[in-house]
Amino acid sequence: MEIFGISTALLGSQLLVGLINGSFYAILSLGLAIIFGLLNIINFCHGAQYMMGAFVAWIALTRFGINYWVALIAAPLIVGVVGVLIERLMLRRLYKLDHLYGLLLTFGLALIFEGIFRDQFGISGESYEVPELLSGGVNLGFMFLPIYRGWVIIASLTVCFGTWYMIERTKLGAYLRAGTENSAMVQALGINVPLLITFTYGYGVALAAFAGVLAAPIFQVNPLMGSNLIIVVFAVVVIGGMGSIMGSILTGLGLGLIEGLTRVFYPEASSVVVFVIMVIVLLLRPAGLFGKS
Amino acid sequence: MNAPVSFAESKLPLLLGVLFVIGLIAPFAVYPTFLMKILCYALFACAFNLLLGFAGLLSFGHAAFLGTAGYVCGMMVRDVGVTPEVGILAGTVAAGLLGWLFGSLAIKRTGIYFAMITLALAQMVFFLAIQIKETGGEDGLQGVPRGHLFGLLDLSDNIAMYYLVFAIFCFGFFIIYRTIHSPFGQILKAIRENEPRAISLGYDVAKFKLIAFIISAALAGMAGATKTLVFQLASLSDVHWHASGEVVLMTLLGGLGTILGPIVGAATIVALQTQLADSVGSWVTVIMGVIFVICVLSFRRGIVGELQALIKRSGVN
Repeated sequence: MEIFGISTALLGSQLLVGLINGSFYAILSLGLAIIFGLLNIINFCHGAQYMMGAFVAWIALTRFGINYWVALIAAPLIVGVVGVLIERLMLRRLYKLDHLYGLLLTFGLALIFEGIFRDQFGISGESYEVPELLSGGVNLGFMFLPIYRGWVIIASLTVCFGTWYMIERTKLGAYLRAGTENSAMVQALGINVPLLITFTYGYGVALAAFAGVLAAPIFQVNPLMGSNLIIVVFAVVVIGGMGSIMGSILTGLGLGLIEGLTRVFYPEASSVVVFVIMVIVLLLRPAGLFGKS
Repeated sequence: MNAPVSFAESKLPLLLGVLFVIGLIAPFAVYPTFLMKILCYALFACAFNLLLGFAGLLSFGHAAFLGTAGYVCGMMVRDVGVTPEVGILAGTVAAGLLGWLFGSLAIKRTGIYFAMITLALAQMVFFLAIQIKETGGEDGLQGVPRGHLFGLLDLSDNIAMYYLVFAIFCFGFFIIYRTIHSPFGQILKAIRENEPRAISLGYDVAKFKLIAFIISAALAGMAGATKTLVFQLASLSDVHWHASGEVVLMTLLGGLGTILGPIVGAATIVALQTQLADSVGSWVTVIMGVIFVICVLSFRRGIVGELQALIKRSGVN
């Protein structure tokens, strides 16, 4: 079967790749949005933290024999704790200053993390075996779906919507949203806002690390795996506007799909299509699709 | 009311004069290629500082202008066969046009968004530089001849090349100096300090920001084009976002919003990189990162800024 002269198998598999990339964009831009919401800081080391998640899982497996399922929980916790330390020791000292200093500090941290991992592991990249339970694939009739890829999409969407639910529908989320609106007022109500901020940063970082563990069996585990991805995510954030949690999830998924489609119809443009869309959105809606100007 | 002129401001012309003389005699004491590298990055950092230090706009994509101008200059000189000064001019104009394009898009947003947009746009240039055949992909443009200045003066001689680079640097620095010390520069500062107030005073803030962006981009391009001639190479690393980060670090380390800061910062970083490359290898990035973190956390005025504050505190006037 063919659509516009392109076989459905090819179209389907590229849409799948797009959806997987979109899941990563969604989960990373969601983490950025949460951190930005409460800390007003663009977490430039988000990509490095994603890379660290993948590496922690890889090290756990190859050095200690710890399997994928444990790593899926442990790696985000470990990297999240590193995030908590960063917030407590460094970011905390910048809140009263221009937001740009937060971006610059986290940029410096990204250089440090990437440099250390590059020194330790080189840039050739390491591979991570797909866990046994999720190996193999199913034939959907029009295309072949590797089970692990299906799992990535389900797992990241579950985490994304779980996060959305936590922020929009629970009491903790209500405090969080209130804290972003008026932290002094929330503090006066007896809520420990500094602790809330620390938790938020740790959670955002853990989301990035979680994405890293999910990515490990698909992409090469490489010290630079986050550094190019993060800039695409920045473009996603500009397009979405970072106005809402749901906005960042939907924008991430949508752009992943568009990128996948571009790879089918005009492969040369696939690495710049997100930036082209960013330009168009900026011309039409400078505040982004979901943003409030 | 006349604000008291600070020591640093009042002695600035004298200091610049001394630096100019040092610049003239330097190549006889220090390896010229090293000096040329410092001058190229110093011009790049000064151009960047015009934007961040005086207009308050953090562009995280200035590598795009450095790199694009480098490629344009390299292609013009190597493949079209123009003389070096035409190559540099072409690179500068190309970077200025790109700056006009990027600037008109990026100034629609402010603050962190501005930084992210410039970064994303610059990454687009990076991807194009990889994919377009003419830029040589991963290899970059190699074997760019230095040629003869005005078709007469042979630039393959390092001393001759040095004085050309020095003249270009002085020209670029003079433009930045004049821009800052003009009514236009005052308006930029007003926008930096309080944008809503500048708007309410009737200034077309968007226009001023855009002009500052274009000047900055063009001068960054001039630095990039010159650098291509010096090293006879336009490489992918010049358009990579690490180069954008490096220029932020140079400016921050030297002193944001000071005239001499970017020069000091560029010289420090280039010297550090040259020294460290042999001894610590891949730890260079880590050390750069550590300097970044230290600057942001406890050293925000930078080397020149701290010195100025020190002089002010000690009461010399």
